[in-house]
Amino acid sequence: MNTATAAGAAPVGAPASALLRVQDLVKVYPGGKRALDGVSFSVERPEVIAVIGSSGAGKSTLIRCINRLVEPSAGRVWLKETEIAGLPWRELRRVRRRIGMIFQEFNLVERLTVMENVLSGRLGSVGFMASLMRRFPPQDVSGAFALLDRVGLDGYHDTRADALSGGQRQRVGIARALMQRPDLLLVDEPTASLDPKTARQIMRLICALAQEHNTPALVNIHDVALAQSFASRVIGLKAGGVVFDGPPAALNAEALTEIYGAEDWSQTIRRVSDEDDE
Amino acid sequence: MSAAASYPTHWRRPPAFFGTRRRYWLFIGGVILYFAWSLSTLNIDVERMLAGLPRALDIFARMVPPDFSKGQLLLKGMLESLQMAFAATLIGAILAVPLGIAAARNIAPRPVYLAARGFIVLNRTFHEIIIAIFFVKLFGFGAVAGLLTLALSSWTFCGKMLAEDIENVRMGQIEAVRATGAGFAQTVVFSVVPQVLSRTVGVLIYRLDANVRHSTVIGIVGAGGIGQTLSASFSRYDYDFAAAILLCIAALVALGEWFSDWVRRKLR
Amino acid sequence: MNTAARRYPEIWQRRSLRETISAWLWTAALAAAAVWSITMLDIEWAFFSDAHLQAIDLAERMWPPRWSYLPVIIGPLIETIHIATIGTAIAYVFSVPLAFLAARNTTLNSFTWAIGRSLLVISRSVNTVIWGLLFVAIFGPGPVAGIASVAARSVGFLAKLVAESIEEADRGPVEAIESTGAGTGQVYLLGILPQVMPVLVGTTVYRWDINVRESSVLGFVGAGGIGLQLYASINQFAWQQVLVVLAAILLIVLLSEALSAYIRARIT
Repeated sequence: MNTATAAGAAPVGAPASALLRVQDLVKVYPGGKRALDGVSFSVERPEVIAVIGSSGAGKSTLIRCINRLVEPSAGRVWLKETEIAGLPWRELRRVRRRIGMIFQEFNLVERLTVMENVLSGRLGSVGFMASLMRRFPPQDVSGAFALLDRVGLDGYHDTRADALSGGQRQRVGIARALMQRPDLLLVDEPTASLDPKTARQIMRLICALAQEHNTPALVNIHDVALAQSFASRVIGLKAGGVVFDGPPAALNAEALTEIYGAEDWSQTIRRVSDEDDE
Repeated sequence: MSAAASYPTHWRRPPAFFGTRRRYWLFIGGVILYFAWSLSTLNIDVERMLAGLPRALDIFARMVPPDFSKGQLLLKGMLESLQMAFAATLIGAILAVPLGIAAARNIAPRPVYLAARGFIVLNRTFHEIIIAIFFVKLFGFGAVAGLLTLALSSWTFCGKMLAEDIENVRMGQIEAVRATGAGFAQTVVFSVVPQVLSRTVGVLIYRLDANVRHSTVIGIVGAGGIGQTLSASFSRYDYDFAAAILLCIAALVALGEWFSDWVRRKLR
Repeated sequence: MNTAARRYPEIWQRRSLRETISAWLWTAALAAAAVWSITMLDIEWAFFSDAHLQAIDLAERMWPPRWSYLPVIIGPLIETIHIATIGTAIAYVFSVPLAFLAARNTTLNSFTWAIGRSLLVISRSVNTVIWGLLFVAIFGPGPVAGIASVAARSVGFLAKLVAESIEEADRGPVEAIESTGAGTGQVYLLGILPQVMPVLVGTTVYRWDINVRESSVLGFVGAGGIGLQLYASINQFAWQQVLVVLAAILLIVLLSEALSAYIRARIT
């Protein structure tokens, strides 16, 4: 496993084979906070990429700038050969259908059933009236049942989302994202609201499904140990810039100090930790 | 997905609120039947309704521009409404204290409690206009009937709210004050009043706002205020003046609501 | 400890001087407003001297209730409930688009937001009975005017509360639905509407029971319902009939209040 791309130095004429390419992405929030300061990287093959960094390093902003839930201030993003930045609303919606997103707080519509939440991944392909009447094509319905079975929620389709546990909700969130048959998975702190055991199960599920669907996944995660055990590539963000990009094995004490600042890392590198401080 | 064939291809949302689909359809059927029944008994004359539309346009056209030339009359009515609202809130608030205590389950003796609650329910049930018409019969046309109507409804409203607050008072705090050896009055001042006060002020402000709004209607049965002026202008087909009054009422109500919001935000 | 060394203040005051002054100023302003209100109302205190006698006289003339009048008012009573129900149903339908128009996060632009807000203010600041005056002028006397006025007043009431709940809706699910590439309509339908549904249904049921009370007086301005019989009986001095009508109103208002409370308690 060698990941050749060096930090902050994406080639200008990226090969057409890139699944995702981010170039010089900048986000300045109103009020002057510079969340992203020229982030560049590219994803050449379907793999799980962990994005690590302290709170406020810009992890969340980065993945939200990719599907433009947050509008980037400058820079370019390509999903395969489609350039996302600057797309008009209608086309942006079309691109978003190809990007599945999984959230920290699960973001299910709590008062709807599990099935409605999963099927909402197909909203891009049905009209307004069909979504009002909850009429989805048969292949979508059977696909949703299959996905629910796959994420371990067989038989839960008529349960209301607010009746589920945290782990189960995240499983619904995963099914909803995969329902889109995405070309890219954006995963924002999938385990931060879960207990350590469930967190590992969820990470394992996300990685397995990303592999099954041959989809690259960009996973924001603050837990270094989890990142090391599940990702095949790690990107380290600090103050809105990429300071590390390489295989998890290269993530030594020096690299961690570069990302998070000085601290005794000897324990962290091996062990599961729940800390999320600066 | 290769195994898709083995999964169901059809799914219907289970009905929310009703539990079973049968109950859902029963409900829908009931609603349809109800509307069919009610619309048939109301013998609505569609032709007359349609005839209303050009009339609506005509009335609207006569409302524009609103006629503010009778400013004197307008101002007098508005002021009278405001005065009724102010005075009624004050009277209601003072009278509400004994009523609130009488209607609090945890303080008042049972028969007193029941009588006070019965009085409150009886008053709340009847619309202000019904109460106003009785006062008009007793005291004649004019602002006095309006004042009494609003005072009565403020009295029962504030009394009810106060009673609920008193019932929700934390007994622990009362016991703590009593444990220091305080007498009854001291207990009330140091434990009940602080717990109840800020909400009571909020209720009063709300009531003032409500009284301003109600003072604009009870004039319709002759109980003074701007409502009387409005009602008169409608019966004289004086629509441009009516429009001016309506605009003023809307402005006053909006102002009252804004003030009420502002004070309650400050209190929090 | 160095208690002896440190000097503690011997006077403690709960409020600072400034707070005390402002509290007194507010109190003084309120008292002045109240006194001004009462004195300006030109109250003829002489009226009060025999008020209690008149009230007793009235009560005596009401008794015994003329129950034979009951069959006459069954029809109008049902009409009263119909007016409230159909009016509320119409308001329910129109309040949803209006709420989305008037909520800051779902309206199209600031112009549509301003339109939505003004519609809310107009609907809410005019009382149901005043709407009644207007709609009687348009549709002529009868239940249609009553239904229209109940709907006109209620739509703003419902839409305001729903709009507030839209503005407070959890952003998370909305973001999630947006990220699937759904259209704006679909985001509102699946991301926001389910979140505000309990508020919408709960407020509608609550408003329905207020509307039953309001419809009981719409007849005073000719907009249908039991109010017509009440007004007529009072004007004919048929006090024994008045008592029957009041009892009937009491019954339907209490029943609708109980039903509404029961339904609201069951909504989750």
